[in-house]
Amino acid sequence: MQYAQPGQPDSKVQPKSRYANFIGGEWVAPADGRYFENISPVNGKPFCEIPRSNGQDIERALDAAHGAKAAWGRSSPAERANVLLKIAERMEQNLEMLAVAESWENGKPVRETLAADIPLAIDHFRYFAGAARAEEGHLSQIDDDTVAYHFKEPLGVVGQIIPWNFPILMATWKLAPALAAGNCVVLKPAEQTPWSILLLMELVGDLLPPGVVNVVNGFGVEAGKPLASSNRIAKVAFTGETTTGRLIMQYASQNLIPVTLELGGKSPNIFFEDVFARQDDFADKALEGFAMFALNQGEVCTCPSRALIQKSFYDDFMEKAIARTRAVKQGNPLDTDTMVGAQASNDQLEKILSYLDIGRQEGAKVLTGGERYRPGGDLDDGYYVQPTIFEGQNKMRIFQEEIFGPVVSVTSFSDAEDALSIANDTLYGLGAGVWSRDMNTAYRMGRGIQAGRVWTNCYHLYPAHAAFGGYKHSGIGRENHRMMLEHYQQTKNMLVSYSPKAMGFF
Amino acid sequence: MAVSRVSATEAAAALIARLQSVHGPLLFHQSGGCCDGSAPMCYPQGDFQVGEQDVYLGDICGCPFYIGKAQFEYWRHTHLIIDAVPGRGSGFSLESPEGMRFLTRSRLYTEAEEAELAALGEPPTGDVVVEP
Repeated sequence: MQYAQPGQPDSKVQPKSRYANFIGGEWVAPADGRYFENISPVNGKPFCEIPRSNGQDIERALDAAHGAKAAWGRSSPAERANVLLKIAERMEQNLEMLAVAESWENGKPVRETLAADIPLAIDHFRYFAGAARAEEGHLSQIDDDTVAYHFKEPLGVVGQIIPWNFPILMATWKLAPALAAGNCVVLKPAEQTPWSILLLMELVGDLLPPGVVNVVNGFGVEAGKPLASSNRIAKVAFTGETTTGRLIMQYASQNLIPVTLELGGKSPNIFFEDVFARQDDFADKALEGFAMFALNQGEVCTCPSRALIQKSFYDDFMEKAIARTRAVKQGNPLDTDTMVGAQASNDQLEKILSYLDIGRQEGAKVLTGGERYRPGGDLDDGYYVQPTIFEGQNKMRIFQEEIFGPVVSVTSFSDAEDALSIANDTLYGLGAGVWSRDMNTAYRMGRGIQAGRVWTNCYHLYPAHAAFGGYKHSGIGRENHRMMLEHYQQTKNMLVSYSPKAMGFF
Repeated sequence: MAVSRVSATEAAAALIARLQSVHGPLLFHQSGGCCDGSAPMCYPQGDFQVGEQDVYLGDICGCPFYIGKAQFEYWRHTHLIIDAVPGRGSGFSLESPEGMRFLTRSRLYTEAEEAELAALGEPPTGDVVVEP
């Protein structure tokens, strides 16, 4: 089935012509009265106006957050958990609307937003509601009279800068643990995808005490920078790329506050020959695992954008892998049969095309795809790229940089040692995939790969309660797990003596 | 010097001139990683700290251009061509409110250029470059 485009009379969602910032529980126009056009990558056309905020708007949001932090920080875990559960419930009741909006905003297929983005976000709020209830401080008995109590306290007001590849889900990954731990948030969505988070706030804003969550839109340099460099935040969380990650750490160093960063990767997906020992369900699953590079148009920090195939079955595997990739259905993201939609922005499209160019210059062979895709009709100006397979070697630029498009670079390896050496020959270490029927091989590979998440005989699963984060240049911190609560908490130690006797020094 | 490691297209030069008139002296740092990774980021000079872990590739339109040393090792065989295209958003880079975005294109060096670069030796790192 095909969903109507937002704005059409029979659509699940009707965008307003202009939006405001969500500050202190109210919709507030930007201080300067300036706006920018928000474009849908599905057809390349603007469909609403978004506040072009500046430092004044950030200060207003910080005022609201600081006003709310004492009460929210003191609220009981049960109260906070109930708010998160209500948010999840409201989202679930409006799942289809959010899924269509997210598809229109980002260009991703609605089949993904219906089955992954929005259900995962809902589950994430529920998970952190549970984590908040189960959270415990602890105590250490130092000696018979002395006890160290450790209380977990919120940091206060935190800044969060959200990427554009999963606008609602990535906002949720950051919001849910921050709120569960009792913090107030000032959040800046990506300027490429500012709208769907505003829809989410329209939907759930009334469930939160005013000022607990504040959303300020605008450009990175005008709104993100005043937030990240503010001395009124106790922590900053960012998902994006390495240079901005460094800049955010630099600002944080001036305020002596912690950061969590998720900066992407160049994840290897490794296939051992025993995958094809039989042509059964598992062999089929592995081929799907290969094609996962095209999920979300490759705009995933853990995109399996390097495939390493054992030489002994390379030709056989690649023949089937190419066929599997060619069977991927590309087109209108609002069609539930579509598997690959549009890239999120024009500059993203241009960047991918520049990588298709350098890949060819370096002598990589295009096994399928390799061009811009024009779906026809009114979608022709949208930002589409054919799923592309390059064959080459690991020193090529297309093997070393996250293209963030539906592009995989394939090479072969001789044995496990060779595979490990290629897999780890990268600046990054966010994700990896290992496919083998031999669990000893899979285990040793998994432990040897320098990456925070090694999918073993699966790929692209993002359940709450499995830690997600990077080694090497891929960042700092672990999201998606209750351990993220610690990144939003202080530890208060009360060291208590129960002895009436003097220590004897003076 | 005939060979250079980085250059700018006319579109990039026009955008740089516009940004210089508003923000004063600028520098570039080549990003990596996800989302807007691979984008050349443009900042007012002094805003982004470069150091011994950054390689200085040269100047474009009077702006020093840097790349992280580890990333340079994977990119060193390619000449970077800084272009500007319609677009939006790239971290805190200065151009995004202009509705434009810098983009890194690349080409391989010719053999003659490779020889010339080898004769020049290693490029300096950020901590030793004197501001232009």
